Amino acid sequence: MSPKRIVLRFGTDISVKPIVYRLVKDYDLVVNIVKADVNPQKEGTMILEVTGDQSEEGLNYLRNLGVSVQDLKQEIVRNEEKCVMCGACTGLCPTGALYMERPSMEVRFDGDQCIVCRLCTKVCPMRAMEVHL
Amino acid sequence: MGVEKTYSEINAKIKAGHAVVVTAEELIALVEEKGLSKAAQEVDVVTTGTFAPMCSSGAFLSFGHTTPRMKMQKVWLNGVSAYAGIAAVDAYIGAAEIQEDDPLNSNYPGEFRYGGGHVIQDLVARKPVKLKAVAYGTDCYPRRNLETTISLDDINEAILFNPRNAYQNYNCAVNLTDRVIYTYMGMLKPHMENANFSTSGELSPLLKDPHFKTIGVGTKIFLGGGVGYVAWNGTQHFPSMIDVDGKELGSSGGTLAVTGDLKQMSPRWLVGTSYLGYGATLSVGIGVPIPILNEEIARYAAKRDDELFAPVVDYGAAYPSFTPGNLGYVSYAELKSGKIRVNGKEITTAPLSSMPRAREIASTLKDWIQKGEFLLTEPVKTLPSPSDGIVAHSIKEA
Repeated sequence: MSPKRIVLRFGTDISVKPIVYRLVKDYDLVVNIVKADVNPQKEGTMILEVTGDQSEEGLNYLRNLGVSVQDLKQEIVRNEEKCVMCGACTGLCPTGALYMERPSMEVRFDGDQCIVCRLCTKVCPMRAMEVHL
Repeated sequence: MGVEKTYSEINAKIKAGHAVVVTAEELIALVEEKGLSKAAQEVDVVTTGTFAPMCSSGAFLSFGHTTPRMKMQKVWLNGVSAYAGIAAVDAYIGAAEIQEDDPLNSNYPGEFRYGGGHVIQDLVARKPVKLKAVAYGTDCYPRRNLETTISLDDINEAILFNPRNAYQNYNCAVNLTDRVIYTYMGMLKPHMENANFSTSGELSPLLKDPHFKTIGVGTKIFLGGGVGYVAWNGTQHFPSMIDVDGKELGSSGGTLAVTGDLKQMSPRWLVGTSYLGYGATLSVGIGVPIPILNEEIARYAAKRDDELFAPVVDYGAAYPSFTPGNLGYVSYAELKSGKIRVNGKEITTAPLSSMPRAREIASTLKDWIQKGEFLLTEPVKTLPSPSDGIVAHSIKEA
């Protein structure tokens, strides 16, 4: 089963609650926190990868708490015109979505492995990695 | 008796369409198959290539005169300042110059999305570029202000002149500190979690002629997709042989100053480049042909990745504080494998120099020579070699 990628947005009342713990314990979900952020106003954003039979029930639990749940629509795209296949991204991509094929030393991008951390969009010296919304 | 060839003999074969031209990678395979002597006899020219950021790059632009005439004192191209302290309507745009309103590193780490290198790429891509100039006005050059749009075809001369390119060898950069650092060798994670390197190894031009027996002033080269020439040794040209415990680990320290007509080059081979937290630059494609005049030249040209080494240097503390020494040497074979071992730790490696592009340059140059379109030039002056023992100075502070 491929994981569901979702964006959660929640207010100050929820940012103190252990919601991920509930997803794991009560709904038996495998949760991978891709990105989590609580701003100075204590509002939170979280990008999750969720796998499990009860994922819909788990997400309904979050909605009932007042958490906004949206599918992650962003994707990272490689601009083939701009990429020179230097490989600078390959040592930094946290999931290996950008990797080097050997012995050709050509850079490959596997979008299925990408978790939209956006690191490549900044470290690519040619700015060939782009965010599409 | 070993083989001895001359430039004119090789050029005669190129003109007749009989020259045997191979890339440095092909030479390595040929030597493995037939042995060095046989390969040196058969091969006339070996082509090399490198494509990587080369900060010391730039272009002299001569815009043509305005009406009334103007002695341009300060010049900007797309907001990037160019040096105008030369002649009335001439300027030099340097690859590392940043747009004037850039936040630089005040918003750390800065993105440096547009600089002189991007201006050069835009020019060579035939995009319109905004030219702004100011002047103090003289009797012969009365005009004080200019704002217009130019393109590469509108202006009189555009001469790429890169004072330091094609670095012979380079450090493999790591970070021993406990914070992320942003360098010209890319982003380096703490505690040596990644390592970056930047030459094409066995395809790299100056690694294949370490004693500068063939590459000198006047050598005709592939530059930026067109034809260029070696103008002089590059700045910081301190050639040496890396010798560790009596074992030769390859060469280091040589550089080239290169030049050519920007108008015949291509945006594929001159690419504006940005390093997070560091700055902007230009990636340049360079390919140098090496005539196989004798077996010794062939022996160096056939050096493999596992015979060429780079020093591992800590960019967290040692490099910025100018502390000499390194953390040991690693071969290009190890660097290209994706993993190296330093101080007992396995580290992921990544290149900043494009191997597919280096390979494309070497094979393009090979095609040009095979078609008889590109003849070799004998240097009019050789460049300092490791035996000249040039010593680098550092700045003295009283």
